[in-house]
Parts: sequence; structure tokens; C-alpha cells
Amino acid sequence: MTDLDQTAPATVDVTLRVNGVEHTRTVEPRRLLSDFLRHDLRLTGTHVGCEHGVCGACTVLVDGDPMRSCLMFAVSAQEHEITTVEGLGTQDSMGPVQQAFVECHGLQCGFCTPGFVTTITAFIAENPDPTIDEAREAVSGNLCRCTGYQNICKAVVRAAEITRERADEDGAR
Amino acid sequence: MKPAPFVHHSPRALDEAVAVLAEVGHDGKVLAGGQSLIPVLNMRLAQPAHLVDINRVAGLDTVTVTDTHVRVGAIVRHAQLEKHDEAYAVLPLLRQALRNVAHPAIRNRGTTVGSIAHADAAGEMPSVAVVTDAVIEAVGPRGRREIAAGEFFEGPLQTVLEADELVEAVRFGRLAPGTRTTFVESARRHGDYALAGLGLAVDVEGAGADAVVRSARASYVSVTDIPVVVDLTDAVAGQPVSSPDWSAVEDLVQAAIAPEADIHASSDYRRALAAELTRRALTSLTTETIESTGGAA
Ligand SMILES: Cc1cc2nc3c(=O)[nH]c(=O)nc-3n(C[C@H](O)[C@H](O)[C@H](O)COP(=O)(O)OP(=O)(O)OC[C@H]3O[C@@H](n4cnc5c(N)ncnc54)[C@H](O)[C@@H]3O)c2cc1C
Ligand code: FES
Ligand code: FES
Repeated sequence: MTDLDQTAPATVDVTLRVNGVEHTRTVEPRRLLSDFLRHDLRLTGTHVGCEHGVCGACTVLVDGDPMRSCLMFAVSAQEHEITTVEGLGTQDSMGPVQQAFVECHGLQCGFCTPGFVTTITAFIAENPDPTIDEAREAVSGNLCRCTGYQNICKAVVRAAEITRERADEDGAR
Repeated sequence: MKPAPFVHHSPRALDEAVAVLAEVGHDGKVLAGGQSLIPVLNMRLAQPAHLVDINRVAGLDTVTVTDTHVRVGAIVRHAQLEKHDEAYAVLPLLRQALRNVAHPAIRNRGTTVGSIAHADAAGEMPSVAVVTDAVIEAVGPRGRREIAAGEFFEGPLQTVLEADELVEAVRFGRLAPGTRTTFVESARRHGDYALAGLGLAVDVEGAGADAVVRSARASYVSVTDIPVVVDLTDAVAGQPVSSPDWSAVEDLVQAAIAPEADIHASSDYRRALAAELTRRALTSLTTETIESTGGAA
């Protein structure tokens, strides 16, 4: 263990599984996961607000758990399954959280929304029937400058409802 | 902003990590969860030439409960320790404190050992380390050494760890059977860094209406430069649990801490807050009947 990469290559090949699809790109090790998603994969659904972990806009799911993509290097994300907002539904076939945001007016400018959608998706997977207080607590790590949060909290409760309704429909089928 | 360029090392074994760090430690940093380090890199407050990423090092991701302690490996995430039922059963203070560490998304990635190595005076887990008489297991090119938590912290963001050493694990000491613990803090928003807070361990003797406080120890967040244990016993010993008088606590706490002022709160406000939180914590602990199952220690 002496050849200490003082001469390490300036770039590395990074292979990531994002929304079920594998992608390889050659990037510098300092490439943040958020930038890898946005710049290298052109998945611009993940937004970048503060780049120090505070706003939550860049939150993605790593093996199902919400994490800040601005506080992770792409090179460190390689063994994990990454889910971005693009993986949680489409305009024609919205996921339950997206549907709830539409119904409850949970967004205005939409800048913060991807981070909320990922965070709430993971939250209701663990808490299928949250109270409004639990909902408020669940989104306390994400900032929104537009909505005043009330409708976002309602959307959390509604998203849980939609998830249960859809599960019932599937069960009935 | 973006980090300055660095060489990324990704050792798979501990001895490999130690060897890399021995060569680059002077101009490198250990990367654990990155939840404190990456913001610093993004803001270019530091520009290490090398990062020794320990996330893939085998064997660092386990929590082990023994008769005397709870041993937490360097890559155990805050969330993993928080959810660890066996650790909670023997040392509830861990979960009680971890619930106050940042927001879930940060806890999912940040490590408990990393927050102790980071030594932020506003961090909850450094204060838990001192109040449980934790032992820091360090390893470096000169071998292993064990450092008592009380001797580990030197100043804000400063520890006795050498640049080429890394922390392999932290052993939190189990408390005596029957010790009651709690962690309380005041933050502008739950999950934010606290304006003031404390971890408290209280020993009560007797039962029911006759119970009296035997001793109490606290360690504070955001009101001292380094986490220190404040022994509250002189102010609380002998107080009946059913109708306690905590008036002696305030002076003792205020003398023991030296809060800095910042944009969020003045020094006096923090001092008053710490004393009030101590009173509340004592009240909640002496009125509640839940007891932690202590360790053999
Ligand atoms: C928005 C936000 C809010 C937060 N709020 C809180 C809060 O309320 N309370 C709180 O306590 N923390 C808070 N944190 C910090 C969080 O707890 C971090 O997880 C923790 O401080 C550092 O752990 P880490 O694994 O991320 O370490 P890293 O960021 O990887 O490392 C931090 C430092 O410790 C060193 N280090 C890490 N591991 C080791 C090791 N094994 N051996 C030697 N050196 C090591 C690194 O070199 C670096 O200098 C917050 C963070 C963010 C982004
Ligand atoms: S951009 Fe990542 S938390 Fe703000
Ligand atoms: S909708 Fe504009 S920031 Fe949240």
C-alpha cells in the first residue's frame, strides 16, 4: 500500500443506478451527487438551493431513505439505488405525493417541491396514517419560501390517504 | 459553491485506511457521512488535497451492546443507532439525544462517531459521550489508543486526535441500573442546532412517595466550548421526588457554563435558558416512572 494515488486520475468512472436505470459517466471525484444528476444525467427535477444541507430541495432517496444529494459525492453513491422525483411519477401518471400536492395546492413556484415529494414519499412509507402534527414534523427539514407550509402539511396527510386508497383498489382488483 | 479538487481514496479495509491516512493525513481528511465536512468543502472553508472515504471500510457499521457499554462503529448512521432497539433498551439516552440531531435526511447519512470527531459544541452526541463516560477508540500508524471522552475535546471543532488517526468506534458507557435519563433542548425549529440543551442522568433512591434524588449529572449543548459534565448533585441531592425544590440548581448551572453570544441569542439568554431547561429536565425525570435498565457498570 505505497502507491498512494498521488498520481490518481483527475477523473473517475462513476456508475449509478437512478430510478432503476444504470448510467456511467466520467467525472471528477468532487462531483456532487446533485450535480451528477442534473448536469451529467440531465435529470433536472432535483433542485439545488443552498448546497449545505439546510433547504432540502436536493433531497433524493438513497435505498429508499431521504438524503441530501448536495452532501454526497457521486462517487460515494455508487452502490446505492437512487430515486429522484422523476422516478416517483409522471405528469400523466402521478405518484400519490404528487397527486396530493396538486389537490391541496401544496406548491406555488415549485422550486422546493422535488425535495418535499421525495421526503414525504419515504415518510408515508413508514407512517401510513400520519396526523397533521406528525406531517408538520416530517417536513420540518425542508424549506419553502412560497406556500406557508399549511397546504404542504395537508398534502402529506392526503398523500397517505391516496396511497391507502390505491392499495385498496389494487387489493380489490 | 463547489468543493476544490481532491484525490478520493476509498479503502475497503481498516488497515488500508490507516495506511492511506498515514501518508496523506497531513493534507487530507477522513470522509464519513459528510454532513459536516461536505458543507465546509462546498463553501471552500477547507480544501484538503485528499479525502479518505471510510464508507466502504468493512466492519465499521455495527452497534454492539455489552454488559458495560454500547459500542458504535465509525460508519453507523445517526438513524441506525436511533432505531437500534437493543441500544435503546440499555441506554435510552442515545435515542433521546439522537432525536434532536438535525433532521431525518441528515441523520440518514451522518454518523454518530463523525459528529463526535467533528466536536461541534452545538452537537448532541459529544455531550452524550461525556455524560456516559464514553471511550474513543482511535487507530493510526502508531497503533491503537483509547481516549476518555472527558479528555478528547480540546476546543470548538478541536480534539486530541492526530491528523493521521481515525476513530474506529466510540464506546458509550452504560449507566447504573435505575438511572433515569432525558435529553432536552430548545431550538428555533425541531432539528435545528439548539440554542441550549442538555443530557441529564439522575439517580433516584427509594420508591413511590418516599423517593429522593441521590445524584444528578448533566452535560450541555451550545453553552460550553467543549462538552463537560456538570455535577448537579450538590444542588439536588436529597430532594423528595414528590415535591422537589430545584432553586439551588440555577446558580450551579449558571456558574458552570459560559455561553457565547451569536445572532440567535445573547450569552445571558442562553445562560437563563440552560438553567430553565435543567429545571424542566429534572422535573420530567423525577415525576416520570420509566427507568432505564442500567448496565453492570
Ligand atoms: C442542515 C444540517 C443540520 C445539522 N444539525 C445538527 C444538529 O442539530 N446537531 C448535530 O449534532 N449535528 C447536526 N448536523 C451535523 C451532523 O450531525 C453530522 O452528521 C455530524 O456532525 C458529522 O458526522 P458525519 O459522519 O457526517 O461526518 P463528516 O462530515 O464526514 O466529518 C466531520 C468531521 O469529522 C471527521 N471525521 C468523521 N469521522 C471520523 C472518524 N471516524 N475518524 C476521524 N475523523 C472523522 C472528518 O474528517 C471531518 O473533519 C447537521 C448537519 C446539517 C447539514
Ligand atoms: S441544496 Fe441540498 S439541502 Fe439545499
Ligand atoms: S413553492 Fe416556492 S419555494 Fe416552495
